[in-house]
Amino acid sequence: MPDRLEQFLSMGGYGAYVWGAYGLCAVVMVLLVVLTLKRLRANERTLKMLDGLRASRRQQSMGNGDAP
Amino acid sequence: MRRKHQRTALLAMAVIGIGTAAALTLAALQDNLLFFYGPGEIEAQHLVAGQRFRLGGLVVDGSIRRLDDGLTITFDVTDTVETVSVVYVGPVPDLFAEGQGVIANGMLDRDGVFQADELLAKHDENYMPPEVAERLERAGHPTQ
Amino acid sequence: MHRFANPNRFLRLSRQVLPWVAGLAAVLMAAGLYLALVASPPDARQGDTVRIMYVHVPAAWLSLFGYASMAVASAVGYIWKHPLADLACKATAPIGATFTAVCLATGSLWGEPMWGTWWEWDARMTSVLILFFLYLGYLALVSAFDDPTRGLKAGAILALVGAVNLPVIKFSVEWWNTLHQPPSVSRLGTPAIDPSMLWPLLVMAAAFTAFFITLVLLNTRSEIIQRKIQVLRAAQAYGAAE
Repeated sequence: MPDRLEQFLSMGGYGAYVWGAYGLCAVVMVLLVVLTLKRLRANERTLKMLDGLRASRRQQSMGNGDAP
Repeated sequence: MRRKHQRTALLAMAVIGIGTAAALTLAALQDNLLFFYGPGEIEAQHLVAGQRFRLGGLVVDGSIRRLDDGLTITFDVTDTVETVSVVYVGPVPDLFAEGQGVIANGMLDRDGVFQADELLAKHDENYMPPEVAERLERAGHPTQ
Repeated sequence: MHRFANPNRFLRLSRQVLPWVAGLAAVLMAAGLYLALVASPPDARQGDTVRIMYVHVPAAWLSLFGYASMAVASAVGYIWKHPLADLACKATAPIGATFTAVCLATGSLWGEPMWGTWWEWDARMTSVLILFFLYLGYLALVSAFDDPTRGLKAGAILALVGAVNLPVIKFSVEWWNTLHQPPSVSRLGTPAIDPSMLWPLLVMAAAFTAFFITLVLLNTRSEIIQRKIQVLRAAQAYGAAE
């Protein structure tokens, strides 16, 4: 079993190139997901905050009897 | 609706215009975009001794020789019509083999021998497992 | 057209579609990795380096697909004047750029052991590098304007003009002598790839595509929400000034 694993990892002597390529893809794709989700969450939070602000302001101005 | 048609027409015209311009530019640059020249193109391109260029083609079967110093190799490159001899000193890429594509960077000497200082292996578009390659070989269809 | 391109409808629809596309990407990726790294044979000439193909080629296809989608979105945005098209175009750019970079890097890792070089200025490699710079140029141009709408408009023009590069990339290996080999899969008649290697490639390509679509959907949501934020902020500033 260790022999087969070693063989698998060595990739016929090209291990550095093959695993380098797959490793690079994995890192980049994970980073892409993390950054995309982070940006989306941040935007969603900001929108919620602004919506809340607008709603409270509208309530306030209605309370004052002003035209909206 | 009419505005939309107008925009579509404008866009189509722009696409045709840019496409034509690009095609003309590329056609004009044709020679500069060639990464290598085959043995048969040397004369037409006026490539004389001492002028650097890349020579590309197939390594002739049975032509690879390693000189006694263990570093220098000689081989012939062919486009199946014309053939040029190449001398090269240095490490060879893993794919370098007889019957395979090769690109050598260097210049012709006065004897018409190509003195290369860089060797790149070119591979073809065929991919197959070793067993399939062997079977093809046995059946008399060499993979190259 | 307008019915489907309504930004709020897009937010609703994409929320329903996203888990499915993301799940599909995960399943295909697992199957693809198994086929690519374990189940498929080494190549007769290239040995195990052929396994780099299973990530390099899908990344290359997506780099082209991404830019082609941006060009189509820009044309739609220009003709039908629909804001969602421009936002989708902008959402695609960073993801397409990333896959172009992955294509160049994995190609380098494949070229060094097989060709004997990390990089050569041959027509295929140079035209893909130009594609990468077109993506970066688009991203820079879109963010260079104070008015986001004008930035998107300028970017759309670049996306359309830059599409000229796509056929050049595709046919570069046929028009000119290049170090890069001609296409294997799209070859007329039989593909030049043995089925035992074609299947892993197709499954990985499907996995990458599903992953790409997932990210574009997420990023388009981001862009729509950001647009709403901009509108709200502008309205607020206007209200405060009154």
